[in-house]
Amino acid sequence: MIAVALDTAGGAAVREWIRPSDLASRPKEMMELMGWGPELVARAAAPTFPCLIDERHLLAELYDLVNVPMAVWIDERGRIVRPAEPAGAGDSFRKLDMATFTVPPEAAELGRKRRGVYVDALRDWVEKGDRSEHALAPEEVRRRVRGPSGEHARAAAEYRLGVFLYRAGRLEAAKRHLAEAVRLRPESWNYRRNHWMLDPGAVGELNAGPEFWQAVQALGERDYYAPIDMAGMPPAK
Amino acid sequence: MTATLLYEDRQPFALSGADRNPLRLTLAELARATGWERKPQGLCRGETCVPEPPDAAWYDSSSGEIDLARFAAHLGQPVATDDENRVVAIGAPAARRRDALLSLEAPDFELPDLDGKLHRLSDSRGKKVLLFSWGSY
Repeated sequence: MIAVALDTAGGAAVREWIRPSDLASRPKEMMELMGWGPELVARAAAPTFPCLIDERHLLAELYDLVNVPMAVWIDERGRIVRPAEPAGAGDSFRKLDMATFTVPPEAAELGRKRRGVYVDALRDWVEKGDRSEHALAPEEVRRRVRGPSGEHARAAAEYRLGVFLYRAGRLEAAKRHLAEAVRLRPESWNYRRNHWMLDPGAVGELNAGPEFWQAVQALGERDYYAPIDMAGMPPAK
Repeated sequence: MTATLLYEDRQPFALSGADRNPLRLTLAELARATGWERKPQGLCRGETCVPEPPDAAWYDSSSGEIDLARFAAHLGQPVATDDENRVVAIGAPAARRRDALLSLEAPDFELPDLDGKLHRLSDSRGKKVLLFSWGSY
């Protein structure tokens, strides 16, 4: 496994996430919902696989990633056997009650089940390789790959420019270019959420503010996470 | 103010001299910043050569400079500019990214870990890889 943090705020954001300075003051309900706690922090702080940082979202450009968590399966020959898709995540989180930080039991159960199906499929592929039903045939991988459009490529260029300006300390100019990237590729929640998280006080925090929820609600019936076309995967919501 | 060019996946290239336009490069700068070199058959990078069409006029023989905006337009590359800070980003064409994915060969990359050590995807050749993206946000 290679984990890549698509974090424009870079190491500062990742360090704050894996060694949070405010863990004790977070609401208990949110801790339970997110699975946060000393055990998770200890695990995150000592990974057994490469954990990389991608400030400019190069990986999003190369593999067409628009949200997190998403994953790509790559075999021993370096061939893609499952292109970018949500890594078991679905839209049950949208049933969150903001006042109590709780989701209805059936939504929580659906989220657990989807993650379980995804992990089981992954284990099946690790064990069986190409014989796994979850390792897609080349023509099926090609059918699922959409690849970026011209607008998406423009969004990526705007994003890269914005990240450079952010690293140069030009925050307001950086935000303008990240906003342009969001305008050009509104379905990229990676662009959108990083754009909201550049202010010094927000780096490394979970973005669960009103702007995020308003944007999610504005989706209406549309998906936040794209459906996962995988044998045995329950519907996302 | 130093002008800067961000070209595809290369490192930022700072242009020396005052009031430089990052879209106009000398041939020496072009080679260092982008890898493209002017040859009799056109602009070449590795095995690829792009002949200059009569109407493209991306080489200005009077100044000896390449107009990168025209060349990028010819290649279908996206261009993002920040005039105030004199920075330009020129990305890879969408078709190249799409073709790379359709080849099914996982695009290679090099990224740092928290300690700054660089890792390449190709270092994992011979093993199955779950390439997993996440974010602190």
